[in-house]
Amino acid sequence: MHIPDGFLGIKTSVVTSFLSAGALSYGLTRSKEVMGERQVPAMGVMAAFIFAAQMVNFTVAPGASGHLLGAALATILLGRWNAGIIITTVLAIQALFFQDGGITALGANVFNLAILSPLVAHYVYQGFRAILRGKFDKVAIFLAAWASIMVAAAAVSVELALSGTIGFNVVFPPMMFWHALIGIGEGLITVVVVSTVTASAIGVFKDRQHA
Amino acid sequence: MNKRLIWGLGIALLVAALFSPLASSNPDGLERVAEDQGFLHEGEGKPVINSPIPDYMIPGIKNESLATAAAGIAGTALTFGIMCGLGKLAKRQSSVVNQSSAKDHLDRSI
Repeated sequence: MHIPDGFLGIKTSVVTSFLSAGALSYGLTRSKEVMGERQVPAMGVMAAFIFAAQMVNFTVAPGASGHLLGAALATILLGRWNAGIIITTVLAIQALFFQDGGITALGANVFNLAILSPLVAHYVYQGFRAILRGKFDKVAIFLAAWASIMVAAAAVSVELALSGTIGFNVVFPPMMFWHALIGIGEGLITVVVVSTVTASAIGVFKDRQHA
Repeated sequence: MNKRLIWGLGIALLVAALFSPLASSNPDGLERVAEDQGFLHEGEGKPVINSPIPDYMIPGIKNESLATAAAGIAGTALTFGIMCGLGKLAKRQSSVVNQSSAKDHLDRSI
């Protein structure tokens, strides 16, 4: 759900850019606290995988598709602040080199997908882990991934409405509907990838508790 | 780099090379809503910057699948490189800060 140039007003672009810059600089200090020497290549691999996976759109219904966002994936494996830095890097590369997501909308895209989505994925994952007492981890992962998509879709709706592009009551219901479907794909892929990585690489991505 | 991470990078490159040409060309969620609600044209002006690889296809390669796969491999490798570079830079800065604060501490204790 990369917002292209032209969808947002100047005020919305500026405000979201400042919010993103603030959150990222805070995230960078938090990320450094938990980032070990060996975590740098792990972040590189995560960013590369997310870039690749974001190219693979899957059909969710006739005439609509979605692709992995990867915010919950990176949050669960590397922590939410590292996830924010990883997704921001991917979004910047996509906007600069591949014309995917507007350069004027980068602040908003970072805010929605790199700040809000990891934050919500973190709290939903930790919350359900507490409720389920560590059992049914896959359920917690699925719900965290689904929620990370829904919050971003809600934020996009608010930004479009604030920009005067379309009324909130008009855009919000269909955004929720389509992204509820896309979120199922996000949830399934996230469960499969997290399970595969944790089964095969205990100790490499060992910061799941840190998140 | 650890062997498992090399596997991870290999899988990312494979996804980019083999799966990206098979991607659905249907509009994504936001595009679909923009189309249905009639504001898609707002985003269809001239792009603000000219990207070297628009729409994930390397210009000049006639076969669309090949152009997409090549863009996928290039983008995945580029992302890995930039992320590692940024990570190292951040690490180095934080160790410089740590060293200087350790030096301050030393100076004060002397």
